[in-house]
Amino acid sequence: MLRFGVNVGAKFGIGQAVRRAEDRRFVAGSGRYVGDIVLPGMAHAVVVYSQHAHGMIRSIDTSRASAMPGVIAVLTGADAVADGIGGLPPYFMPADSGGPPGYRTIRPILVADRVRCIGDRIAVVIAESERQARDAAAAIDVDIAPLPAVVSPDAAAAPGAPLVWDDCPGNACFTLAFGDVAATEAAFARAAHVVALTIHNNRISANSIEPRCAVGCFDPATAGFVLHTSSQNPHGVRKVLAQSVLHVPENDIRVISPDVGGGFGMKADAYPEDAIVLWAARRLGRPVKWVGTRSEALMGDNHGRDQTADAALALDEHGRALGLRLTARHALGAYVASATVAPITFAMRMLPGVYDIPAVAVRTTATFTNCSPTGPYRGAGRPEACFALERLMDMAARAIGIDRVDIRRRNLISADQMPYTTAVGVTYDSGDFGAMMDRCLSLADWSGFPERQRQTEAKGWLRGRAVTSYLESAGVFNDRMELRFDPEGNVTILAGTHSHGQGHATVFPQLIHEWLGLPYDKIKYIQGDTDKVAFGRGTYAARSSMLAGTALHAAAQDAIAKGRTMAAQLLDADIDDIMFADGQYSVGQGNRTIGFADVVKAFYRPIGVPGGLSLGLTTIGTAGGQSPNFPNGAHVCEVEVDPATGAIHIDRYVVVDDVGRILNPMICEGQIVGGIAQGLGQALLEAIVYDPDSGQLLSGSFSDYGMPRPDTMPLHIESELAEIPCKTNVLGVKGVGESGTIAAPPTLVNAVLDALWPLGVTDIAMPLTPARVWTAIDQASKRGAA
Amino acid sequence: MSEPTSRITLEVNGRDVTADVPSRTLLVEFLRDNLGLTGTHVGCDTSQCGACTVHLDGIAIKSCTIFAVQAQDATVTTIEGLDPAADHPLQRSFQRCHALQCGFCTPGMIMAAASLLATDPTVGAAEVRGALEGNLCRCTGYQPIIAAVLEAGKELAG
Repeated sequence: MLRFGVNVGAKFGIGQAVRRAEDRRFVAGSGRYVGDIVLPGMAHAVVVYSQHAHGMIRSIDTSRASAMPGVIAVLTGADAVADGIGGLPPYFMPADSGGPPGYRTIRPILVADRVRCIGDRIAVVIAESERQARDAAAAIDVDIAPLPAVVSPDAAAAPGAPLVWDDCPGNACFTLAFGDVAATEAAFARAAHVVALTIHNNRISANSIEPRCAVGCFDPATAGFVLHTSSQNPHGVRKVLAQSVLHVPENDIRVISPDVGGGFGMKADAYPEDAIVLWAARRLGRPVKWVGTRSEALMGDNHGRDQTADAALALDEHGRALGLRLTARHALGAYVASATVAPITFAMRMLPGVYDIPAVAVRTTATFTNCSPTGPYRGAGRPEACFALERLMDMAARAIGIDRVDIRRRNLISADQMPYTTAVGVTYDSGDFGAMMDRCLSLADWSGFPERQRQTEAKGWLRGRAVTSYLESAGVFNDRMELRFDPEGNVTILAGTHSHGQGHATVFPQLIHEWLGLPYDKIKYIQGDTDKVAFGRGTYAARSSMLAGTALHAAAQDAIAKGRTMAAQLLDADIDDIMFADGQYSVGQGNRTIGFADVVKAFYRPIGVPGGLSLGLTTIGTAGGQSPNFPNGAHVCEVEVDPATGAIHIDRYVVVDDVGRILNPMICEGQIVGGIAQGLGQALLEAIVYDPDSGQLLSGSFSDYGMPRPDTMPLHIESELAEIPCKTNVLGVKGVGESGTIAAPPTLVNAVLDALWPLGVTDIAMPLTPARVWTAIDQASKRGAA
Repeated sequence: MSEPTSRITLEVNGRDVTADVPSRTLLVEFLRDNLGLTGTHVGCDTSQCGACTVHLDGIAIKSCTIFAVQAQDATVTTIEGLDPAADHPLQRSFQRCHALQCGFCTPGMIMAAASLLATDPTVGAAEVRGALEGNLCRCTGYQPIIAAVLEAGKELAG
């Protein structure tokens, strides 16, 4: 069933645009972020980062720094080794799930011998104030003998390239391949048309406006650590710090992630600074706080994307796709960080997207470079897949001479093909990709383009447009939600997921209000503290609506079932006769009723809980193991380009998203529009740039790294939601967090290339800055003249 | 070698404040570390992000761009002092329009917008975009922020 727009039910229930419970404190300035935490006796840490992309540390002279005012300690990698502190491993490698072998790295929290990227951590100064620590950090002399550095995956794969790890030849960490090479080669051999392109998906930085920060504490009496850290995944941080770094039991560490100022996948990982503050706190017997600067973030955070790919599409004479081939090199940076295998895998597995392509062969080599590690960043591999595919579709339409909408209509998987299994073995449960595209074209007034183009050309500019489709895969791993009922009949949700902008404190209570009938404003929400939440996996990869929603549903069903047992006692009826609806238990359809809250209270009677039931009511729901869901939709972008300056003006941007069952349309649209802005940022402005010779970071501050600003974003992004319920989870939800980011880059780039097509411009590498657009126009005109 | 300090006196959120601070203390550091006004945030180190925006004698400034001593005898308003009940039209419209997600840029964004609307509540979308050009948000794509500022402007203009 397809429905555009939103169906609304109860005032605070599912489908309502309920205003966010968390906003009140944020607009008042009373949010509590890690950087706001002040503890008695707290000392301040400043980290010294490598200023060389590659080299051997000859000496670290800390004597001057150690003597400076306020300095309590200066620690180096040698101290970490002496204290038995371990390093940070990848969370998983392909080999862990039966994949090919790979080169597994361990990232030291402080490097003692060989630096492998700008931003490798070398030393830490702990002082009474941050200012004193920063002064002392500047007084540490690090003598590094530079080694040749390599910063692009292509250069790293070239014969004779410098090796990031001496015993990893070719800098090739692992190679993943999916699909059927022979069938794909056969498809290319019989194709009427083949189009091919080489693309580089630019390296970018998440740049949450809150930089990462951490406060570490240690209590010698209990040997217990407490880490306050700006993380999307506190239990994940606890696990890696306990097992790999500090070598203590997990329950010796409490991790608290309070308000977190954006994450976008970058904060899903434990970082060296998380370990440093705990280790330093134990050594010093004082809390230690580290607050990263923006410059440190740009150099030391995990980056996203950085994939080079050769992609090709084979089609028959009617423009029907026969085969798709992609060979890629995905830059790892200097270490295999956290879940970086995930985006690399998604970039391959999700390549066929919304199109019915019978033969597919994809292959990527994860390649070490002397750069900060890459990791999951909003979209995580799906943007790379969508970019290659949608660029190829536009190229194919032009090569064959058919309309760009028509070629998509001929190749989209149709609703009646569902469930559909792609040539690389991913099964989609639901979706109507053609309906999304048609609706998007209509909302964008696609057919009115010629008149608008005339107007644009009258002022000497060029107008172009593009329509793309995207498909996302959402809902990895499993998760756990707990409902803790109290003696007054109220309930607290304890979430295994972690909201850092997604509005979980609003949406999850909406669900419980709908299912249990308890008053919305009495439902409490807790997350982000490993001492309060027994277990969880945090929030990333658009996973929470499905996994936390499904787990919450299970917990609510269990609460209704346990309450039914109690209601039977209280109403003196047979349990099989007890019904539950609208927050009330009743005996059959009769008028003997009791509200859910009153049933809860009975679980807390001081003596004689009815029926011999145990004291109190807590229920736990888990979810996992089912298929992911597949959010999808269509984007239309129309641009005007000034050929004299290369400036791009986005005239309209329209998006239609199938988000499955809509939980809160306001929050869905917020996720989608914000996601588009990030995708447009990658397409228009953003790039982490390393000097190819020295490996120096050239985009090391917000003065150098182009962030989307209010005046560079489209005047209006029109978003419409569509509901095609997912068939593989009980709520029918599909993820929403990454969707906008996935399709925006190819949509923008295809629109600009459409505008510049008459000038002979066929490709511009992202980001499409005015300089690059102007240069492309200039070069094309010189080619035309030659 | 002890660090040179300065005595400063200023008014913050309607309260007179006198303190001795290291002379190089930035105004944002003074507000956050000395006064505990942690609603004012720090998101960069090059005065690009605007998370630290406060009012100095009624005008929006980035509090990372001046030293605390430069605010001598000035009147400073932070997000905590914008409205006694946190009920400024912008604080309401940001909630209505879903103009915040993670909340980190929000105080600076509201303070920048409040200064703009105090000058002219009837400004249009283009002026709002231009005026907020120095405030970065990574979550919302700005669209709901612009809408919220325009809504609050309408309310303030009556």
